[in-house]
Amino acid sequence: MNEITDLEVREGVDRETVETVQNMGSYKYGWDTEIEMEYAPKGLSEDIVRLISQKNGEPEWMTEWRLEAYRRWLTMTEPKWAMLNYPQIDYQDQYYYARPKSMEVKPKSLDEVDPKLLATYEKLGIPLKEQMILAGVEGADEAPAEGRRVAVDAVFDSVSVGTTFKDELAKAGVIFCSISEAIREHPELVKKYLGSVVPQSDNYFATLNSAVFSDGSFVYVPKGVRCPMELSTYFRINAENTGQFERTLIIADQGSYVSYLEGCTAPKRDTNQLHAAVVEIVILQDAEVKYSTVQNWFPGDEEGRGGIYNFVTKRADCREARAKVMWTQVETGSAITWKYPSCILRGDESQGEFYSIAIANNFQQADTGTKMIHLGKNTRSRIVSKGISAGQAQNTYRGLVSMHPRATNSRNYTQCDSLLIGDKCGAHTVPYIEVKNTSSRVEHEATTSKVDDDQLFYCRQRGMDEEEAVALVVNGFCREVLQALPMEFAMEAQSLVAISLEGSVG
Amino acid sequence: MLKIDNLHVKLEEEDKQILKGLSLEVPAGQVHAIMGPNGSGKSTLSYVLSGRDGYEVTEGSATLDGESLLDMEPEERAAAGLFLAFQYPVEIPGVGNMTFLRTAVNAQRKARGEAELSSGEFLKIVRAKAAELQISPDMLKRPVNVGFSGGEKKRNEILQMAMLEPRMCIMDETDSGLDVDAMRLVSDGVNALRGPDRSFLVITHYQRLLNHIQPDVVHIMADGRIVKSGGPELALQVEEEGYGDLLAEAR
Repeated sequence: MNEITDLEVREGVDRETVETVQNMGSYKYGWDTEIEMEYAPKGLSEDIVRLISQKNGEPEWMTEWRLEAYRRWLTMTEPKWAMLNYPQIDYQDQYYYARPKSMEVKPKSLDEVDPKLLATYEKLGIPLKEQMILAGVEGADEAPAEGRRVAVDAVFDSVSVGTTFKDELAKAGVIFCSISEAIREHPELVKKYLGSVVPQSDNYFATLNSAVFSDGSFVYVPKGVRCPMELSTYFRINAENTGQFERTLIIADQGSYVSYLEGCTAPKRDTNQLHAAVVEIVILQDAEVKYSTVQNWFPGDEEGRGGIYNFVTKRADCREARAKVMWTQVETGSAITWKYPSCILRGDESQGEFYSIAIANNFQQADTGTKMIHLGKNTRSRIVSKGISAGQAQNTYRGLVSMHPRATNSRNYTQCDSLLIGDKCGAHTVPYIEVKNTSSRVEHEATTSKVDDDQLFYCRQRGMDEEEAVALVVNGFCREVLQALPMEFAMEAQSLVAISLEGSVG
Repeated sequence: MLKIDNLHVKLEEEDKQILKGLSLEVPAGQVHAIMGPNGSGKSTLSYVLSGRDGYEVTEGSATLDGESLLDMEPEERAAAGLFLAFQYPVEIPGVGNMTFLRTAVNAQRKARGEAELSSGEFLKIVRAKAAELQISPDMLKRPVNVGFSGGEKKRNEILQMAMLEPRMCIMDETDSGLDVDAMRLVSDGVNALRGPDRSFLVITHYQRLLNHIQPDVVHIMADGRIVKSGGPELALQVEEEGYGDLLAEAR
């Protein structure tokens, strides 16, 4: 009897999912949560900055830090060098703070969180219960028998809803909480490191973020600690006409290790929404950080209406010897992507790696890449970028490899591949290379290809339909990068590749 | 099984007629061979039957068990049981051979309304069939056809055939580029698949493949038509005398 009920429930869910997906078109996270929200007044001013600071219960020094950034921002102009076309953003025509009413009093534990919020994350497939995540549910051939655990910080519009596994992480000495909590609870760490990788004045969008960031995640891994589980933050924009400005700060103390995952989605809306995040990572001697992103913000519809404007500054500072960072990103969403996760290789023998898949379909525009700044001796960096353009999309790889005079005997290897689907899209590669010493070596390889008709016909003759064939070929093209992702992310990314390219052929 | 009637085909891009009234019937369980000089339209026939772009059928029909192939998408033809072993198997970088096979098998099963194979079931079958064709586990993991030798590529085609269990197999010069040992492996693989419900159309330049895969009927193709059909002895005649006399006779 039980079995039958189970089965019915599962079937019911499947049917619902199928319908939802059909109604949404191909973007399956386009639904919104109906929940009572509290907004700061529209627009941006010193008062709004103060209000955000006050809502977060911040100390005076933090408010001042924000105001300083805000005043700086007023003197700056939006950068226009990227290969992106979009109408002038009206910074006064949006909300800078939105939080669910039910979050007014910060819940002490996840049990107290508004069920509507919990349901939202459940529907997104993000577990906020401290349970095992069974890897390989989708049928991976190499799925391990034991489950893997991932701690989650869930950010909903401007606030962090909750963070899982905090206690267990604390036992290992790892601090994992929202940035607003860190500002209150660990001011010494925040004061020391906030803005030390991405200064307030770094660039237009980072400065804006410094003024108005509402929440985000904070991670501190103490000396010699290997973080016992993967950490992740899931960003959800729900409110309309609201920007999301999160700030993430990760500190890996000497000899530590952490792997961090980031996911993002937003409802389908006709209007564009602004997302300007900053991620700072500080890596000390012999420590290692892996940072993986699956960015799936709403990309706009087939006509190019709506979608997120994604202006993100991400930077890791390998501050001491033998520090190591690996960025892996899968960028499938957003109408506009402006993002260059970078590595400052300051410590001798430090290493930076950047693996990227950027998919742009329909009217999406992506200008993304990385910066490898070699400052220390014997530093190494590796860039593998796979850009896929379909529909009428424009996809640009923009990267800088810079070998400073002191960075002797350093190496960089860059591989930059572009794949075109159809004849109305574009792929561009803009590599900047500066070498200021004689002992370093820089290699750059680039290819541009079209999805080959022979490959598609071969797949179809074996029974795959055209979209399945494209997805298979594209996944093959991206393989090196997909392999760099943690497993459950890799599988999500793989199916995302297929979904993002729906309707790109035929 | 396969019935081709008065098939006329021209290239889509230019006004060039390739097949000029080709008729052919392969009953269930039979192996038919097509031989013919270069440029007679043999490969075009295999592409048109499997649905490749670039050709326009101007007249005639081709049916598989009474169903018109020409109205179907390539993947529908595949699901209906038509398989083409390519003369030049295509490389797909980054896609593991096993992943490719499993995606193909399950796509066809899905199209036919059958349950997909679980990874366990699939692995068991693929390993057994690969062993028969002396395909190493390493070759199963490598990207599809990338860096494969000529013989490995052709063996891989036969492995796909064995996994997909088509009813109508077209082999387009599968023997080209094979050494004697590889030819034996490929032939053994094909012979193992022979059965009352499965037919083969073997396109080849040389008679020697037909020593290994005994055909029921041999057709000689020239200038877009079948000009003569007969038993296996016809292939031997070609081997000895060339096409000259046969073509002259046909004219």
